[in-house]
Amino acid sequence: MRKCELVVVGCSLGGMRALQSILGALPAGFAVPVAVVQHRYRNSNDALPQFLSRTSRLPVVDVDDKQWIKAGTVYLAPANYHLLVERGQFELSVDDAVAYSRPSVDVLFESAADAYGPSLAAVVLTGANRDGARGVARVKGRGGFVIVQDPKTAEAPSMPEAAIAAARVDRILPLERIGPFLVELCRSQR
Amino acid sequence: MSTEPEILTEEQQKHDLEVIEIQLLTEGIYHHYGFDFRDYSMASLRRRVWKRIYAEGLSTVSGLIEKVLHDPSCMERLLLDLSINTTAMFRDPTFYVAFRDKVVPLLRTYPFVRIWHAGCSTGEEVYSMAILLQEEGLYDRCRIYATDINEAVLQRAKTGIFPIGTMQENTSNYIAAGGKATFSDYYTARYDHAIFRPGLRENVVFAQHNLVTDSSFNVFNVIFCRNVLIYFNNALQERVQQLFLNSMEMFGVLGLGRKESIRFTSVADDYEELDIEEKLYRRVR
Repeated sequence: MRKCELVVVGCSLGGMRALQSILGALPAGFAVPVAVVQHRYRNSNDALPQFLSRTSRLPVVDVDDKQWIKAGTVYLAPANYHLLVERGQFELSVDDAVAYSRPSVDVLFESAADAYGPSLAAVVLTGANRDGARGVARVKGRGGFVIVQDPKTAEAPSMPEAAIAAARVDRILPLERIGPFLVELCRSQR
Repeated sequence: MSTEPEILTEEQQKHDLEVIEIQLLTEGIYHHYGFDFRDYSMASLRRRVWKRIYAEGLSTVSGLIEKVLHDPSCMERLLLDLSINTTAMFRDPTFYVAFRDKVVPLLRTYPFVRIWHAGCSTGEEVYSMAILLQEEGLYDRCRIYATDINEAVLQRAKTGIFPIGTMQENTSNYIAAGGKATFSDYYTARYDHAIFRPGLRENVVFAQHNLVTDSSFNVFNVIFCRNVLIYFNNALQERVQQLFLNSMEMFGVLGLGRKESIRFTSVADDYEELDIEEKLYRRVR
């Protein structure tokens, strides 16, 4: 992979605790933007970004349509929208659910892979479904880097297991090592 | 980490080439059929185009270009893919709560209210608004102009018939939206369908209108355009916001989708915020 310019993260059941762990490991001024799909209830409000802000040194926000992507910010897919990425800019859509989900991890990963190719790092965390597996295959197909939470450390192992089965992923790591590894990855790449 | 520069370059080129192909597709459609998707948001457009490519048994954007240009029925199918936005009754219930609290009192002071619902798709949110206005005793002095680019979805909207399977979600949305009656009183269940009371569309005019190419056709007290502009790029959003401003009475109300905003457009100063969370704005100049 080339110098990492965007990190995308997907999680579902058990994702809140996993996200707290990873975001908590990222230092203030982390030089790369982070975009997250956490499956959430369609009418949920600002509770999720507020909750995650408490344990992150980075600002955590729900994405507005056409928002510009800035380093050092954690962007969440808003409830009941798909989050997509173009170079430098987010897009939202209300297209049909993918893998029974809106927001869907596949939609974020596939669009990010198309837009960022080898400058993308993708992380699949705990979840009780298969969302993200197709996305991981696309990320690898476009030359990106894929990290999957070790299913043994996941509250729900099926999502990381499906990701590992879908592509030759680059790292399988226990939860507590993913945050520090991202810091290293985003520092070392040229 | 391994780096393979020549392969990566190839990946980048593949992506850039695909963007060019999609631009050729939209140019071709515009010149041959007159539908203008050239300023649609690229990531969503690409996703929808690929869905159609696979459904047609094709494997490249160029393959779709050839088929679409020579086979009008393929264009019709692509048109549906590109122009149908899924929705639900009382989508984002808190929007309707805010509308009741902050907009309905304003509308009570008007003898007659013109509402434009731009991009109404299959009509779920039009019927939602009709129900709300009826419950607030305002419907008789309202006229709703419900428009969409797509004639096929308008025909469905006009029938007021929706799949019965969606009624569970619609009912819970209705209750969360502050509904004052029993939701099932508004429709009759027949086999797989819910047929809504015809009285709800008595004051609704359904008409074809293209936000990309058509101009203003009236001035309104309220304009809704929810989760349509997300499919447009910045330049096209700007154009449509100017169209809305030109179609808006002074102190008229603009309602957008929950994650849409006028913040980055030139009309930002023409409105004040009525409810920032629910994206309700009021024209002030």
